[in-house]
Amino acid sequence: MNNVLIAVVLTLVAAVGTVVVFTRRPERQAVTLSAYGILLALLFMVLAAPDVALSQLGVGTAIVPLMVMLTVRKLHRRR
Amino acid sequence: MSPRVRLLVLAVGGIALAVLVVPALVGLPHFGGSVHPYRTHAVVASVAHHSANVISSINFDQRGLDTLGEESIFLASVLGVVVLLRPAEEETETASLGGGPVLESTKLAGYAMVPITLMLGFNIVTHGHLTPGGGFQGGVVLGTGIHLLYVAGTYRALQRARPIQVFDWGEAIGAGAFACLGIASLAMTGAFLAAVIPTAPLGHLFSAGTVPLLNGAVGVEVASGTAVLLAKFLEQAIRVRPAAKETEP
Repeated sequence: MNNVLIAVVLTLVAAVGTVVVFTRRPERQAVTLSAYGILLALLFMVLAAPDVALSQLGVGTAIVPLMVMLTVRKLHRRR
Repeated sequence: MSPRVRLLVLAVGGIALAVLVVPALVGLPHFGGSVHPYRTHAVVASVAHHSANVISSINFDQRGLDTLGEESIFLASVLGVVVLLRPAEEETETASLGGGPVLESTKLAGYAMVPITLMLGFNIVTHGHLTPGGGFQGGVVLGTGIHLLYVAGTYRALQRARPIQVFDWGEAIGAGAFACLGIASLAMTGAFLAAVIPTAPLGHLFSAGTVPLLNGAVGVEVASGTAVLLAKFLEQAIRVRPAAKETEP
């Protein structure tokens, strides 16, 4: 059962990771990256690493996409 | 260097890496297996120091020096961001903080989530030695949680609730406290970052020796650092503008 769960989440991570790579515009990529971060946290949970999952959730899902969004906003304003 | 030679160098490097990495990967315990040499030692050491969360015990007790290094990296990164994102010579900080309209539902959700998020972050920091989480994770939640005020409404409210000076200090104090705790234990036991405080039984709030104290120090540092980091990005995105050119006709 656990192996099936790991396989499912791992497949989802691979799929959404591909989506992130093929998202061209940075402001959209921030959103897909955020979704990818949640899935990665889920994977860490399934692999029994809740501490890493929490770090991932904070940094990968909240802070990094937020920094990308703020940077994009700044650059758009300058144009 | 011709492309041919370059390819050759790449091949040599790749083969050398493969020779080193492949045997290492083959020698790893199998995925999902029941043999975990590292765990066998770490869990015993963690229980011996009455730390219920083994990860925290590893981070702050068994390899505290590594964690001090990681905290220093974090401090240096935030410092780098502060230096890079300061207004440049041809930029000025404007006072105008005009924001667009915010949906009522976004406002409600934002304001409702601020206290919950801060409580959660505080809880993650203080229970880091008992349950998953710790200073870093809780600190990130705290530092990010404050910025919900911006999502919910105004930059002005955020500025009032987040005196940036305090967080500048907080970051340095947190990092300093970590090092001081290490030096204190060095003076008392002869080992840097050794657990010096007598431990309560496993699972109590005041157990696990120095782990909760170090968690607190890291929590203060990371919460402040994250707040400063996001504040600098927000400032650049919202307040810093190119200065009006004086030489314009």
